[in-house]
Amino acid sequence: MDVILFLVFAIIAVVCAINVVVQTHPISSAVSLIGVMGSLAILYLLLGAEFIAAAQVIVYAGAVMVLFIFVIMLLNAGTEVRRGRSLMVQALGVPLLIALLGVLAFFVQRLYPQGTVHFGGFRGGTALAIGRALFTTYLLPFEITSILILIAIVGAIVLARKELD
Amino acid sequence: MIDSFVVITLIKVLVVFAVLMTTLAYLQWVERKVIAHIQVRPGPYRVGPHGLLQPLADVIKLVTKEDLVPPYVNKPLYLAAPFLAITMALLSISVIPFGPEISVAGHSTLMQLTDLNIGVVFVLAVSSMGVYGIALAGWASNNKYALLGGLRSSAQMISYELPLSLAIAAPLLISNTLSLRTLVERQSGSVLHWNVLHGPFPQIFSFIIFLIAAFAETNRVPFDLPEAENELVAGFHTEYSSMKFASFFMAEYANMITVSCMATLLFLGGWMAPWPAAYGSSLVPPAIFAIAGLIALYHGLNYARKRDKYTFPAFGVIFLIIAGIFLLPIVQAWLLPLFWFCAKTGAILFAFMWIRGTLPRFRYDQLMGFTWKFLFPVAMLNLLVTGFLVAWFS
Repeated sequence: MDVILFLVFAIIAVVCAINVVVQTHPISSAVSLIGVMGSLAILYLLLGAEFIAAAQVIVYAGAVMVLFIFVIMLLNAGTEVRRGRSLMVQALGVPLLIALLGVLAFFVQRLYPQGTVHFGGFRGGTALAIGRALFTTYLLPFEITSILILIAIVGAIVLARKELD
Repeated sequence: MIDSFVVITLIKVLVVFAVLMTTLAYLQWVERKVIAHIQVRPGPYRVGPHGLLQPLADVIKLVTKEDLVPPYVNKPLYLAAPFLAITMALLSISVIPFGPEISVAGHSTLMQLTDLNIGVVFVLAVSSMGVYGIALAGWASNNKYALLGGLRSSAQMISYELPLSLAIAAPLLISNTLSLRTLVERQSGSVLHWNVLHGPFPQIFSFIIFLIAAFAETNRVPFDLPEAENELVAGFHTEYSSMKFASFFMAEYANMITVSCMATLLFLGGWMAPWPAAYGSSLVPPAIFAIAGLIALYHGLNYARKRDKYTFPAFGVIFLIIAGIFLLPIVQAWLLPLFWFCAKTGAILFAFMWIRGTLPRFRYDQLMGFTWKFLFPVAMLNLLVTGFLVAWFS
């Protein structure tokens, strides 16, 4: 049952991810990205990290992607126009892609241990465990990240104001 | 063992689905009646006695109507949007607990479809996905009014989700759990243990913020700008007809039921009685039904219209029978919690209709200014005070 669910949602995630690139209209790409986020949440759930799964849906599939769609709708972005590809892209594109995938596969195999993954095996996924970890072990990275996000927000406002003046 | 689990779950799903669908249909009738009486007119009156068959007529009308797909729409998203809206609206009801654990014919089961240990977060996650139905419907319709409606609704729902989440977080600090069932069980006892009045910091402000944000999240008056008919024709569902329109309509009412249930569970103690059964709280429901039955019988004896001679006594007898059922010890274990849950949820639903019949619509800049400049800081302050007091007293 777990394996079937994993396969179904892994395939959905990959197909949606490819669709993000293939689609020419920004809204269709954004909708495919929502599909990726949603399937990733279900994969987290299969591993036993239910709180992370819910947070993934709330933050990424919910808030972030709603903003994406909102901005695309607001700017009324049209369909991408496909221009003729340059000779270099046509010649080097496919070989470079295969080389990149090969390098990625090599490093993934090298860096990660060969052990098996158990469905529902992750035990640190409760709200309690994540809260503990965030406010004790990882307090400094957590706070630095929030400062970073604050800087980004202030920067966005400054950039937007310059345009208004 | 697994077989009985599957069978019980299937039965529960069927019962909850049937009850929810009937409630959805009749909620609309109740709303039309309530608003009609607020505006001093009788409301639906033609189809069946007091318009009671009106929902059935509406369903038949919506199902048999021509299903029109305009030629200029983005077809896949146009078709997916109502489906998404209704799915997300119905999904959250699956974690709402209606009552305690009960045992029927030797099988003990929860009065809830599934008990998640992250139930509160699950409802938030599903409701945050619900906005796509409206936003995509507005965009895919390829119509300026629909697009404006979709834009307004996504902006409004993103903005009001913040105070909503902060208002939910405060009672969670007091109850110290994310499971909706445990949340209710920690509020047992009396009305003073409900989160809305529970120490160290009564969550009355959270409750009010939650209700205001919930009105905006469900696109209800006074925040129904996505479908402001005097500016936007019908907003995001302008281009939808027949069952697709009905899906949006049902999604709105299902969301109303969900947020009312959430308010009941988070702040009003769920299915818990307002005071212990030892002091007679179990006698309140039969007393209410008995009084209603006696009043109906009285009006049946002193009838004003000829048909009242038969209808009023019939209803009086039905009410008295219900009062009698509430006194049976066998059914009290599940009927009393269900009564209190429905009474609290119904009261909040009535408030939804009451406010729709009372308040005018906000202007768009007022709507946004209100949430960002007032509701959000107040919710933040409330959460901070609650956090400090909980830490202080624990």
